Amino acid sequence: MTRTLQTVADVADLEDFGFGPRTLTWWAVVGFMLIEGMGFVLAIGAYYFLLPNENVWPPTAPVPPLFWSTVFTVLGIASEIPNVWAKRAAKRLDLRGVRIALSLAILFGLAMLVVRWFEFDALNVLWQRSAYGSIVWALLALHTVHMLTDVYDSIVLLAIAFFEKFDGRKFGDTSDNAMYWHFIVWSWVVLYLVVYWTPRWL
Amino acid sequence: MASRDTSIATLERVWADRPGLVGWFTTVDHKRVAKRYIVTAFVFFAFAGLLALAMRTQLMFPENRVLGPDRYDQVFSLHGSAMMFLFAVPVMEAVAIYVVPLMVGSRNISFPRLNAFSYWMYLIGGIMIFAAFLLDIGPEAGWTGYPPLSDSDFSPGKRTDFWAQMITFTEVAALSIAVEIVATVMTQRAPGMTLARIPLFVWSMFVTSLMVIFAMPAVMLASTFLITDRLVGTQFYNAAEGGDPLLWQHLFWFFGHPEVYIIFVPALGMISSIVEPFSRRTIVAYPAMVLSLVATGFLAFGLWVHHMFATGLPPMGNSFYTAASMLIAVPSGIQIFCWIATIATGRPVLRVPMLYVMGFFALFVLGGMTGVMVASVPLDLQVHDTYFVVAHLHYVLIGGAVFPLLGAVHYWYPKITGRMMSERLGKLEFWLLFVGFNVTFFPMHYLGLAGMPRRVYTYLPGLGWDVPNFVSTLGAYLIAVAVLLFVVNALKSLRRGQVAGDDPWQASDLLWATSSPPPPYNFARIPVVANRHPLWADETGTPATELAVVDGVRSDRRELLLTSPVDAVPTHRWAMPQPTIWPLWGALALTVLFVWTVFEEWGAVWGAIPVAITLTAWFWPKRGDQGEPKEAA
Amino acid sequence: MKRRAFARGPVLSAIAAALAGCDSRWSALVPAGDQAAAIRGVWDLMIAICGTMYVLVLVGLAYALLRRRSRAREGTARDPAIVAALVGWVVLTLGLLSWLTAASFLADRRLRDGRGEVSIRVTAKQWWWDVEYLDPIIARNFRTANELHLPRDRTAHVELRSGDVIHSFWVPSLSGKHDMIPGRVNALLLTPRVNGYFRGQCAEFCGLQHAHMALDVQVEDDAAYRAWADRQRLPAVAPTDAAAQRGLVVYERAACAICHRIGGTPSGGRVGPDLTHLATRRSLAAGTLAMNRGNLAAWIVDPQHAKPGNNMPAVPLTPQDVSDLVAYLSELK
Ligand code: HEA
Ligand code: HEA
Ligand code: HEC
Ligand code: CUA
Ligand SMILES: [Cu+2]
Repeated sequence: MTRTLQTVADVADLEDFGFGPRTLTWWAVVGFMLIEGMGFVLAIGAYYFLLPNENVWPPTAPVPPLFWSTVFTVLGIASEIPNVWAKRAAKRLDLRGVRIALSLAILFGLAMLVVRWFEFDALNVLWQRSAYGSIVWALLALHTVHMLTDVYDSIVLLAIAFFEKFDGRKFGDTSDNAMYWHFIVWSWVVLYLVVYWTPRWL
Repeated sequence: MASRDTSIATLERVWADRPGLVGWFTTVDHKRVAKRYIVTAFVFFAFAGLLALAMRTQLMFPENRVLGPDRYDQVFSLHGSAMMFLFAVPVMEAVAIYVVPLMVGSRNISFPRLNAFSYWMYLIGGIMIFAAFLLDIGPEAGWTGYPPLSDSDFSPGKRTDFWAQMITFTEVAALSIAVEIVATVMTQRAPGMTLARIPLFVWSMFVTSLMVIFAMPAVMLASTFLITDRLVGTQFYNAAEGGDPLLWQHLFWFFGHPEVYIIFVPALGMISSIVEPFSRRTIVAYPAMVLSLVATGFLAFGLWVHHMFATGLPPMGNSFYTAASMLIAVPSGIQIFCWIATIATGRPVLRVPMLYVMGFFALFVLGGMTGVMVASVPLDLQVHDTYFVVAHLHYVLIGGAVFPLLGAVHYWYPKITGRMMSERLGKLEFWLLFVGFNVTFFPMHYLGLAGMPRRVYTYLPGLGWDVPNFVSTLGAYLIAVAVLLFVVNALKSLRRGQVAGDDPWQASDLLWATSSPPPPYNFARIPVVANRHPLWADETGTPATELAVVDGVRSDRRELLLTSPVDAVPTHRWAMPQPTIWPLWGALALTVLFVWTVFEEWGAVWGAIPVAITLTAWFWPKRGDQGEPKEAA
Repeated sequence: MKRRAFARGPVLSAIAAALAGCDSRWSALVPAGDQAAAIRGVWDLMIAICGTMYVLVLVGLAYALLRRRSRAREGTARDPAIVAALVGWVVLTLGLLSWLTAASFLADRRLRDGRGEVSIRVTAKQWWWDVEYLDPIIARNFRTANELHLPRDRTAHVELRSGDVIHSFWVPSLSGKHDMIPGRVNALLLTPRVNGYFRGQCAEFCGLQHAHMALDVQVEDDAAYRAWADRQRLPAVAPTDAAAQRGLVVYERAACAICHRIGGTPSGGRVGPDLTHLATRRSLAAGTLAMNRGNLAAWIVDPQHAKPGNNMPAVPLTPQDVSDLVAYLSELK
């Protein structure tokens, strides 16, 4: 059986890079955000599942102090400025803008990692101490791992921006990378409320 | 400017793999990866099946001493774990990797390197757990691994650690594929393939992939907590320190219940794919079918507690889960109805794939009925954790998923290999399997009601369990013969099968529009569709004589056509990666990290360095991979 | 006779008929108590509804395959009759499923009906059952193992706990199962209606000897039950003959006393079963061996033979010691 092929359109004029849900990479980033977001949701669920097992919350530790965590949160929200800038520069295909904004965003990320170190210290409980200690360490560690990954990813992207040809697809990647940073920042705001404010509101 | 060169020779050159062994390790062709994925999954199935034979041999007589308790526990745990994590889920995804890009009329899967990486992770994870079993460090707490039995007090040594890491490996693999499929379905469909024209198998894989994305993080989290409890002394599951063994059960079943539908939903898609050509008409009530798939995927997340009725949860909560579990029978019932209506209003042809579908009806519906029974709280309190549940799970898993899968293998085999499987052997193999299956698993309903718990390595004589167990074991050997025949058929037909041609079954979807086996680039020119059955002229299977295509997708580099998510209007041309070795290195680096972690917690830190290096190399721009802005060009 | 009368209910399935041929003392379908009977009712309804639907599907399939086809009706993709039938089918399934849900809900409530008149605490350990009979007067509490005695026609409240991993308490003839989870306390009501022996078994996988973790349940008239309980409250009688007296010495000198308790002797171990009235029990080692001298000796000499992996070590003893021990233990009536 033979079928005749009939040409009905020509797509040669279409762009070969782009931004948003019409590109493959956007879906990959969204997919991994969903996976990781689900991980956060379930870990938060575990926190509230363990909570009623105790008479006082937090058990075996003082209420976690607010100083470093609040610094972290403020830094995170501030980091959205270079982050949005990088995204807009990418959409304008403005390489110089991407270089500057991405560098700034990375600096913010690194600063946050340093603050995170103090935050772990300020929890005043070790993970072995009790299920409470385990779950707050888990929440913070989970977030830190994601942050490390994205900061590292941004550094690689920046290196490419300086040393390799930065083509349209790379601008798309920059924009998707910025989207992922949104996720890091705003998922933290939720975690911040859970870990630091739940014991205060209880 | 884009070249209009569409010559086949250019395509052949551009999409060619590197020659020889190097090509084998570096390929990013979704079809090559899918083939080895499928074969690997069947090999793991054979191993897990041999373990089942060992169990059945042990249970053939009361107080048999073929396997001791320690070995038996490892055997059933690995049987269950391997069947679920290394066979059933991966094999469905593997078939999808092959079929979905072809069905939507695209040249490759969305993330070919991730795809290759997924395979390596899967392969290594599977080899690791079977090797562990041979070294006497196999899993020992069941495929459900409940703590405290699985924590370091009651499962000392490395057995449970290897099991938990095996889960991590397979989840990484499965999640990667899920993301690939979602992206492929959302952006790579042929122009004109609107949401209402997507083949049902593609729909089923789309739903499955979303389920994977939402369900698998739960087991990742659960197993990570378990590993840290065991290795660094966290207290998640330790009731004495504020932890809770039930936390594991909630997390595990929040994944575990969707898991069984992750296995089952692709099978539903396979059935639709088979019923249509063999009834010679389009599937009745397509919108109802799609809604049923979506509803099944959705409802699956509200049922997990039905595995925990006996844990003593509040009665109102339990009743809610009974109602929800019963509700899921509705979409299943709708699909059963629609297939039967399709067959009734079509002209059925009982070839081997269709025979397997018939087997599905007889077995799955029975298994579904026992599912409804165990969904009832009081009844489940009796049959929970007995052989009745073992019967249920094999009826739905084998009847509901393996039968359709075998049907699908017979059905897609000619596309994959270019040759037909033997019809005569196929029939023999089907009937042996059908009979053997019932002989093995039907008596288990009785055993469960007669008081035989599951996961026992032996039983005392005189309890009335001897005869059914004996019969069941005979059945298992019959199944083994059938499986062997299937293997023989598949291998023999590779060389000696009748040559298939492009479209031996005269089916309706784009998969059959290319040659058998398809060229590395799948389609020289990207097809355009205007209805749900592009290769049929009407709804009753009259072959179409024309196929619309688009022009202008470059052939002088690896390029796809992207279309919009809903209406499938062409939006971009998209360059695809070249063959590369980095996914393999990445998988190996990650393996080092995971295995190191089992022995020392710092492995998670130091092991991350090679992972970072390999992933950087993977993503570093390579010539010919990327698009360039037109202005800049 | 009485048991037969109780078990008579609508016998709907071939399976139940087959079960009549097998031993009904551990069958979920031959109830000997109120709770199991309520569940049996759900089973009957299930078999009726699911069986009918199953047959309906197969008949539909046979019709679809075998019906005579006429060219005229081909190509009728959007037949309104099909849509109507589909709607009817959905309504039918929804109706039947609602019925089943309601029936389950009501039966589930019946499992919780009533108050316990007898209070028992069962603590599962790897791989045996520690059983305490609780009394408002604490001094009247007593402890036994691997065996449950229940008065007929009275409701027992069984409190379920675990001493190590998750186990599950299941006596099919009396009721459904309930898990025993570390850190949690579950409970179950049992209202037996038939005298006699019933077998229970641990249903949740709990490690190496999950297979050999059975429970003997004895249902008897209230008077007999009271007599039994009164005897259990007494300490063990002092051994009379010489061998048994030597056996007591062996028991106290060898490691036994570290893990076991015999009321009336100084031993108070809780690692293993209470042995105070060992010889009154029906079986040894959680239903693994019948209770007799031979098995007792075999168990003591090598507990790992019948139940490999269990937590009782083989204690080095001379043959004479063993025979003295057995003489002593067999006197623990
Ligand atoms: C492919 C896999 C698969 C599928 C599809 C199903 C389908 C269903 N399962 Fe099953 N299940 C498993 C795999 C699967 N299951 C496994 C592996 C376990 C054991 C896990 C373990 O413990 O190891 C398990 C265990 C399990 C339990 C826990 C039992 C226990 O441990 O005590 C329950 C309880 O509710 C349950 C319910 C159901 C229900 C209600 C369905 C429904 O989806 C069935 C719906 C289908 C039909 C009902 C048939 C078609 C419908 C009609 C013809 C309409 C008319 C019908 C009526 C009016 C009744 N399953
Ligand atoms: C898709 C999933 C799947 C499949 C296909 C099977 C297939 C089989 N299963 Fe299994 N099973 C499970 C999933 C599955 N099972 C799960 C999840 C559990 C629960 C585990 C737990 O409790 O933790 C379970 C538990 C389970 C038990 C209960 C164990 C217990 O509770 O103690 C039993 C007992 O009989 C059993 C038997 C079988 C048998 C006889 C087959 C047969 O169908 C197998 C047939 C296959 C073969 C016999 C292999 C033949 C191979 C060859 C002949 C080699 C030829 C190859 C070459 C030459 C290359 N299974
Ligand atoms: C280290 C602890 C330990 C020591 C020492 C020990 N036992 Fe045990 N014993 C157990 C445990 C645990 C069980 C329950 C085993 C099972 O059924 O899984 C048991 C069971 C028994 C039983 C069966 C009880 C029943 O209710 O069925 C008898 C009888 C018994 N032991 C006698 C002895 C004697 C006699 C000795 C000394 C020679 C002894 N044990 C030493 C731990 C011990
Ligand atoms: Cu205790 Cu199984
Ligand atoms: Cu389920």
